[in-house]
Amino acid sequence: MANLKNTEKKTKSQAMGMHTEVLTGRTQQKFFNPDEAENFYYFGTYDVDFNKRTDLDVKDMTAAEANKKIDGLMSEGYGTIVIKNPQGKHSLGVGILNKLNLIFEGSLGYFGMGSCDGPIVRINGRVGWSCAENLMAGKVVIEKNAGSCFGAAIRGGDLICKGSVGARTGIDMKGGTIIIGGDAGAFTGFMMQRGRIIILGDVGINLGDSMYDGTIFVGGEVGSYGSDAVDAELTKSDQDWLKRKLKVAEIGENFDVSKMKKIVAGKKLWNYDNLEPTEKKGAI
Amino acid sequence: MCGIAGLIHRGKSSKVGFELQGMLQALKHRGEDSTGYALYGDTEGKNFIMRVKVGENVGEGSSSIAEDVSVYDERKKIVESYLSEMGAKIVKEERILPYSLRYEVQYDKKDLLEFSQKIESIPGVEILSMGKSLEVIKDLGNAKMVCDRYNLDKVIGTHAIGHARMATESGVDIKSAHPFWGYPFSDVSVVHNGQLTNYWNNRRALENKGMRFMSECDSELIAVYIAEKMRDGASLEEGMKESLTGLDGVFTYFVATKDSLGMAKDTMAAKPLVLYESDDLVAMGSEEIAIRSILPQEIDTYDPFDGEVKVWQI
Repeated sequence: MANLKNTEKKTKSQAMGMHTEVLTGRTQQKFFNPDEAENFYYFGTYDVDFNKRTDLDVKDMTAAEANKKIDGLMSEGYGTIVIKNPQGKHSLGVGILNKLNLIFEGSLGYFGMGSCDGPIVRINGRVGWSCAENLMAGKVVIEKNAGSCFGAAIRGGDLICKGSVGARTGIDMKGGTIIIGGDAGAFTGFMMQRGRIIILGDVGINLGDSMYDGTIFVGGEVGSYGSDAVDAELTKSDQDWLKRKLKVAEIGENFDVSKMKKIVAGKKLWNYDNLEPTEKKGAI
Repeated sequence: MCGIAGLIHRGKSSKVGFELQGMLQALKHRGEDSTGYALYGDTEGKNFIMRVKVGENVGEGSSSIAEDVSVYDERKKIVESYLSEMGAKIVKEERILPYSLRYEVQYDKKDLLEFSQKIESIPGVEILSMGKSLEVIKDLGNAKMVCDRYNLDKVIGTHAIGHARMATESGVDIKSAHPFWGYPFSDVSVVHNGQLTNYWNNRRALENKGMRFMSECDSELIAVYIAEKMRDGASLEEGMKESLTGLDGVFTYFVATKDSLGMAKDTMAAKPLVLYESDDLVAMGSEEIAIRSILPQEIDTYDPFDGEVKVWQI
């Protein structure tokens, strides 16, 4: 074995089998120097003025053309963009990483507003599957119904659907809040790991199946509970939070939150290794 | 992944061939190995329309073996002689493509089982549809190509279902393309998006009951399954509801009869469907853009829930 005590830094690292690259200069500063404020912005983000508003008709554009155009408008400083004639096109409004007021006058297809971080979006129509997937921050409001996998894997932000949503809403979500004004389909909250889901209407079968953590609030009937989803006590602070959240979401005015069900993870599945064999059976 | 689309006009007729072409073409990214149409004419005629193929399309990426046109000619002759033997009078005959035939036949018996078995006893011959308002047209290529090839954009009717196929578990050929005729019931057709995992168990059971399968495409099972339920006296809706537990796997499918259109979605809701419903039109498809191709204005649409079955009448 190499004598590490008496070797130079560089040869010591080599002796330990580590690389010899030394991160210096800008590479390190970029990530670790808080004084360089510009490094806290994503590449491709812009300073926009919310009072600078424009319309964009995407009727004859492909999704890629429309998204590029939105990016171009943001680079010109437009902070409020109204999209006309989206006509159910897929993948509109994806990858927006800065603050922006975005309004869609119509419906979106699949993957609308995917992988966004920061925009405030209002969709005056319906959305297809996987709306706002991977949302990091911001607010997306859908005035009508939404398809399946609504808010899949979101990390933050508020995702609000005033109508009903399909199956697997909030699947794999890791943060943020999803609010549904109507009903939700099967497997809502499937494998969710953090965050909150609020459903004012009914929910389908297997609610919260295999959820690791997080909380689901349901105002209506539950088709069935999924594996490891259990009831919990609805506290006063829960009710206060629900009232506040529904008010901000402009949804469910006068809804009696005190009658909502609160569903959380039984935490037996993810803590599997610590269980006795008989408990494992119960968890499954 | 495949795409399906369907529409039904209530109380009126329309250019359903043109409309369905637009819907299916909007879904072509979901698969364009083959495209199929099941079109329902606006009035029930006196005679049966029989769409039959005497061979396969061997171009455009087909998995079929090429045959000489003379083989098709020979099969056509046998088909016509069998029709004559069974007392079916040919009123009109069209040969749209060398392998694709359309007959208008006068046939008085109601049981089509014996009739179909006789025609399909000819090797390489398959009845694509048999009905007084239904015509199934399917071929390789996308919706526009098939529509142009068979002049479907002028077809007037009340309702229609169609399928844009990405071949996954069976060949790129007409016999595996959707829609499937609900053999031996006249005017019943099925399209499906998904995968059935108990295909062989169900197929063996149904074959033992005398039902016939022409392909190894799992979707054909739905047509045969529903047909068998209806043969035993179930209504279309009852048969479809039974299929939610009888069929295993993930599926969204449409069934059409001469006066109705139905949809069913499995209990996992793993396959997409968007639905628009108004007093005079129901339109549905795997994606909203299919509906937008005929209704560009802002409309209210929704996803049916898991385990949902719906049936509409013309």
